[in-house]
Amino acid sequence: MPSTEVLAAGSRSLPTAGLDADFWATQGQNLMFAALAVLAFIAIIALIMYGADLVKGGARDKVQLVVLVTPVLALLAVGLIYPALDTTWLSFNKISNEPDPTTGIYTSTMQFVGLDNYQFAFTDPTMRRTILNTFVWMILVPLLSTGIGLAYAVFIDKAKGEKVLKSLVFMPMAISLVGASVIWGNIMYDYNQVGEQTGMLNALRALVGLDPYNFLVDNPWNTFWLIVILVWIQTGFAMVILSAAIKGVPVELNEAASLDGANAWQSFWRITIPSIRSTIVVVLTTITIMALKVYDIVRTVTQGRDGTDVVANRMYVLSFVEGREALGAALAVILFIFVIPVVVYNVRSLNKVKETH
Amino acid sequence: MKRRFIGPVAAATAAGLVLAGCSSDGDGGEETPGTGGSQPAGCEDYSDYGTHDGAEVELYGTISGVEAEQLTESIVPFEDCTGIDVQYNGSDEFETEINIRVEGGNAPDLAIIPQPGLLQRVVGTGAVVAAPEAVAANVDEFWSEDWKNYGTVGETFYAAPLMASVKGWVWYSPTEFADKGYEVPTTWEELMTLTETMAAEGGSDSYKPWCIGFESGTATGWPGTDWIEDLVLRQQGPEAYDQWVAGDLDFTSPEITEAFESFGAIALNPDYVNGGLGDSASIVDTAFQEAGLQILEGNCSLHHQASFYEAQWGEGVTVAEDGDVWAFLTPNVNADDPAAVTGGGEFVAAFNDEDATQALQAYLSSDTWANNRVSIGGVISANKGLDPANAGSEIGRASIEILQGEDTVFRFDASDLMPAEVGSSAFWTSINDYVSGTPLDTVLSDIENAWP
Repeated sequence: MPSTEVLAAGSRSLPTAGLDADFWATQGQNLMFAALAVLAFIAIIALIMYGADLVKGGARDKVQLVVLVTPVLALLAVGLIYPALDTTWLSFNKISNEPDPTTGIYTSTMQFVGLDNYQFAFTDPTMRRTILNTFVWMILVPLLSTGIGLAYAVFIDKAKGEKVLKSLVFMPMAISLVGASVIWGNIMYDYNQVGEQTGMLNALRALVGLDPYNFLVDNPWNTFWLIVILVWIQTGFAMVILSAAIKGVPVELNEAASLDGANAWQSFWRITIPSIRSTIVVVLTTITIMALKVYDIVRTVTQGRDGTDVVANRMYVLSFVEGREALGAALAVILFIFVIPVVVYNVRSLNKVKETH
Repeated sequence: MKRRFIGPVAAATAAGLVLAGCSSDGDGGEETPGTGGSQPAGCEDYSDYGTHDGAEVELYGTISGVEAEQLTESIVPFEDCTGIDVQYNGSDEFETEINIRVEGGNAPDLAIIPQPGLLQRVVGTGAVVAAPEAVAANVDEFWSEDWKNYGTVGETFYAAPLMASVKGWVWYSPTEFADKGYEVPTTWEELMTLTETMAAEGGSDSYKPWCIGFESGTATGWPGTDWIEDLVLRQQGPEAYDQWVAGDLDFTSPEITEAFESFGAIALNPDYVNGGLGDSASIVDTAFQEAGLQILEGNCSLHHQASFYEAQWGEGVTVAEDGDVWAFLTPNVNADDPAAVTGGGEFVAAFNDEDATQALQAYLSSDTWANNRVSIGGVISANKGLDPANAGSEIGRASIEILQGEDTVFRFDASDLMPAEVGSSAFWTSINDYVSGTPLDTVLSDIENAWP
């Protein structure tokens, strides 16, 4: 095959390409500068801390607070608040680039267009489908991951080999989203219309005499098959957290319940669930935020084809591939608005969990 | 935090090095290039570029892997003779990174830009310097007017063409054609008749005349746009093609509809596609690199793909007119229409007018470079000073001869010229929809609506 030949040729000549004296001289210089920069940074911080420590009396606490909080606020302002405001402003505008007839150099003009970009986002059929898909992700992923994770946690609680059983389900958490997407997209879901099936699931279908099924093209189910990938990853997270919460439920409660004649099913619904309720909410909301931001899986497996697109991927494509920054900004704002209530709820529940413990 | 510190420091160091390089060749006094006195022996071809000891030039582009090494190799004689140290950096994310580098004030000295549309966008930022006289003279001498136009934005000539590829080849097996008595078609009608004959005669159970594959990661669908481009150029002529690219001829117009319908007559006919792979529904799922290989299995007879598909055939497969596989150009509508081809290529844009930068820019636009690079193998160029005999392969030689032909009408790949919303997005996704069964009206209006 030509591709392997190309690879082999590449690796043969690579070592000589990178290892000349110049390369290491430059790298050495870079490293030295890096080290100096880090040292200078530490020195400056130490100096400021020392200065703040010198202040005596009642002002001391306030001075220290200001010294410690200012850099954080400054970074937040530059890295988060300013871009957020800028993006929001951009989403109400239209950018037009007019090239100069002689030199071709653009004169850019920003024109305020109100809600035009939002109107497009909610009326264009492709965009509407994209937003709807993101909703489906945001509902199904947390429900499935938490449901399966909880069932598994209860099922293996105090079972023999609990640790091994837990790590089996937790392991996918260690795989990157892109890695998981390649595993599922190329190995599990692969489909050939005719000939031998190279995808695991279709090979299994062939074994039992079923026709091959095109998982990634069959709209709208293809979105569901993509969701399975994220559920596979997130179930481990839900399971570990919920398992820890279950272990925190006082034994006396369950004992009292069984003395009163409750069976396992009843004590699960009446004792365990109410006791770990706040943890379940935190797990649900955390996974919801994760699902809202999903980008990697869609980008890797289908690139948004056949009605599988989600807001985060469309936003990237619009802003960086198609150069329609204003429309991309509108999608970013829509995603932001989706996330706000979930984040607020999540933070509140987290605080509640802290209070109860 | 750490990274933010290193960035500016590293940039300052780099700038210092470049400055040092410039000042030292200023002292060297190469104000009188062309004397060649200080150049080593064997540098006669390079005397125009002068000597610039210690100067560094960064060349930035999409080319990576073996091709990057071959590119670097083609510049070595230039480096030896001029004393310029050329650093080539290749990136798979070039198309987005070049914009970021330019906006961040960290532009390379020279960039190899693979699409005229992208060249316009980069020129739009005001960072690109117009081509120096030596480069313009080379391009006037060695390239056709068509090619020079693609390196021109507004009325200013910015970037000289570099390498080229010819699209629209139809790959086939000469052995199979000889065995079955098929003739290479000379008109589109003959091609359709041949397809019909092939479908009627059949072959193995999974045999269909054509095999087509669109899958190419985030760019899935581009092989389909090549089909449409070939058909528009041949059915409607170069003027209509230019209007289409400029957005003056709508996708929904009868002219463009005709091109889609002609493609659909093959791609949507379950008797004609998809040899060894299924029917039309398998087109989008099949990797563009894989589809044509079905010819070797006897599952199909025809595969439409650019000259670079040569690299896919694998070891032991002879690519020649009397070999295992060969290709004919997508035929014209009438046998006596002038030769018309679509293709692709790269353009070299400069971000400063330093002497060393301009010297490399001039070298890359010269016939010397074209012959050096093509002799190393794997690529071709439309440079008229290029000796076709230097091409490493039969198909390369045939492609160079077509590009250099006096009467050949050359048009750049339309999707590379259209705005990114269409050319790198809607055109691709909609052609995927088309072969997946979406009605043509919807397909065409979807693309038209994406036009900015």
